[in-house]
Amino acid sequence: MALRLKDLAQKPELLSGGHRLCAGCGASIAVRQILLAADVPVVAANATGCLEVATTIFPYTAWKIPWIHSAFENAASTIAGVEACYRALKRRGKYDREVKFIAFGGDGGTYDIGLQALSGALERGHDFVYICYDNQAYMNTGIQRSSATPLGAATTTSPCGTVIPGKTQRRKDLTQICAAHGIPYAAQVSIHRWRDLISKVQKALAVEGPAFINVLAPCPRGWRHPENKTIEIAQLAVDTCVWPLYEVENGITRVTYKPREKRPLADWFAAQGRFAHMLRPENAELLQRAQEEVDREWERLLRREECDKAFVEQTEAQGQ
Amino acid sequence: MGERILIEGNAAVAYALKQINPDVVAAYPITPATEVVQVFSEYVANGEVDTEFVAVESEHSAMSACIGASVAGGRVMTATSAQGLALMWEMLYIASALRCPIVMTVANRALSANINIHCDHSDSMGARDSGWVQLYSENTQEIYDNMIQGIRIAEHEDVRIPVMVCYDGFVLSHALEVIETNTDEQVQQFIGEFHREDSLLDVDNPKTFGPLDLQDFYFEHKRQQAEVYEHIQPVVEQVGKEYGELSGRSYGPYELYRMDDAEVALVALGSTAGTIKDVVDELREQGRKVGLVKLRMFRPFPAADLVDILGGLKAVGVMDRSTSLGGFGAQLWTEIRSALYGKSEVPVLDYIYGLGGREIQLAEIVNIFDDVERAARDGKVEDAQLIKYVGVRE
Amino acid sequence: MSAKIPSDAGWRELPEAGIIPYAGNAEEYNTGDWRTHRPVHDPEKCTNCLICWINCPDSAIIVEDGKFKEFDYEHCKGCGICAEVCPDKVKAITMVVERGE
Repeated sequence: MALRLKDLAQKPELLSGGHRLCAGCGASIAVRQILLAADVPVVAANATGCLEVATTIFPYTAWKIPWIHSAFENAASTIAGVEACYRALKRRGKYDREVKFIAFGGDGGTYDIGLQALSGALERGHDFVYICYDNQAYMNTGIQRSSATPLGAATTTSPCGTVIPGKTQRRKDLTQICAAHGIPYAAQVSIHRWRDLISKVQKALAVEGPAFINVLAPCPRGWRHPENKTIEIAQLAVDTCVWPLYEVENGITRVTYKPREKRPLADWFAAQGRFAHMLRPENAELLQRAQEEVDREWERLLRREECDKAFVEQTEAQGQ
Repeated sequence: MGERILIEGNAAVAYALKQINPDVVAAYPITPATEVVQVFSEYVANGEVDTEFVAVESEHSAMSACIGASVAGGRVMTATSAQGLALMWEMLYIASALRCPIVMTVANRALSANINIHCDHSDSMGARDSGWVQLYSENTQEIYDNMIQGIRIAEHEDVRIPVMVCYDGFVLSHALEVIETNTDEQVQQFIGEFHREDSLLDVDNPKTFGPLDLQDFYFEHKRQQAEVYEHIQPVVEQVGKEYGELSGRSYGPYELYRMDDAEVALVALGSTAGTIKDVVDELREQGRKVGLVKLRMFRPFPAADLVDILGGLKAVGVMDRSTSLGGFGAQLWTEIRSALYGKSEVPVLDYIYGLGGREIQLAEIVNIFDDVERAARDGKVEDAQLIKYVGVRE
Repeated sequence: MSAKIPSDAGWRELPEAGIIPYAGNAEEYNTGDWRTHRPVHDPEKCTNCLICWINCPDSAIIVEDGKFKEFDYEHCKGCGICAEVCPDKVKAITMVVERGE
């Protein structure tokens, strides 16, 4: 069934105004879109970070769903416990509502300190969706580098200095790591394509078992772009293939958006202060390395999609 | 009436878990508590319990999952030891602050480094500020009894605080003892049903758990939590009395052994109390007026009671199976001395023993009594004699 | 401060366990005074595509019967995303300097 904004707008807003995320924050846009995807009550666990801190400064909460924050690295294990209790209570006839479980974590609480708990929860097969809002650094504590920070980005712990030009390591591909757990569904989404985002979250909620969604959440403060450009920046990430939109459903990879015109990485860098140094002549080699890396990964993704498509067709043919 | 069975400590823990049949157990194996999870897994695999067993990937995740399940309204239990307890340290504070009535057994084991899998109390002592009720067990019977009472204590409406049931690693966890059990029905009737008033699964009344406190509210929240501990001892006593009616074995915050006319006494936690009882009997045969105070409830600390019990003695020896590095004396001694300050001039001596599973000998305990009686005769203790290590090679 | 939990609340008055039992009460908190610019809507131009609504970080666009109704100026932080995403051919939203009217 096609998603229409008119229909979605009739649903209640589950993240109220009055939270204290920055003006133009990508994470809050992501959460609003994500919560619109659910048609049954949702219970969320949230790792420490921008989203958690800014939405629940006592005595105010912006959440209109049951919500728990316990610590930084354990959104996945906390929600695993909630889900286990739900299963137990249902089985024992003590609870009869239908509920879906979501864990929210930033890239800090997911790629790094939260990776163990996430991996454990995925492996054990809990029925939940883990949403990582990836703003590519530990933003809440002051823009420190994470393993999601891309090559060359300047952060406060990987600053562009006179000797070292920003982060020298490439970033982790967490979506692939999660898919490699063999979970039923993993996907990358972007806030500038709400329909793609919401339908993928719906798929994730619908599968039985664990699902992982990685949403790029541009951060005006940390990425140094104007606060009204958040959606534009998200689009740029996808059009330069820095952040491909794809899904892995039962092991089959499908790219859900291919830019008509793949834009050069330099455009992505030019739009953000954290990459300003990458366009200097002395960093030309670094820029080239970064471009090659993006191209390589994009090609690899397309190849995987082709390969999986052929496999599916072959299997269907054999089945007949 | 249940049965008399021969059982290993850890298996008794698992057996109590089985009879309690909680909603969720999220646990990770660690020596010397490993068998708890293993035996319980057999119960799960054979359908003898219908608990959701979450085989988490670390102890930190164990406590995190326990908190999630508890806030969701479940009856939740787990088990760990030493490094595992240390790994979940931040979560212990969170469990108590979120008022999760989780019951956890801790097979007391030394904290690394060096890595040592044997008994001492450094693990649970390190967690004494985390807001958990702490009960120590002298023998396997007490472990079993403490777990069942622990559920009632934790879930009591005046409490709603997690409970740690401690027992000596290897000494109790791996020893075979005969215990008396209750029937399954008796246990279920004693613990009753659990219902959490403010539950995460109450989707019609969504609540936010674990928000951010700035400087304007944290202090009030902590003060509010601190108040709860003032009301826990009566619950421990009441539950202990009711348990006595059920099983014939009643409990309180402590046990007094031959204290009626004692002039000097030792205070101890855990299995060593059992050993000391034998020495007390031996010395009493010789006419020496000695006794033992076995402390069962270390948290909340029953200060008033201990002042009454110890304040009128001629000297007290405190047995600490742990140490506070850089502190002035070890933990139990520090707290007892602090409670007595201004109330009594009784000399109180600290005996640090048994670290890393070092066994304490009967003869050593006799020496300790000799030492304490000397202090009683002198009426005071030299500073240099106040804190001693027993059983370490110099 | 929240009407239900005053800023001078003593420890006895607070909900237990640090919980906030009032879902969405952040609505009582005014983030509108963060703005330096405010969005202004032109209903003549607006096609009610609702693209602004789905992209507002602060749930500050009120939609009624499938149509743009108004901005929630109590919470709008003036980020200007709505004006940016409004389709080029429409541009029904302009950002003007906030004068506190």
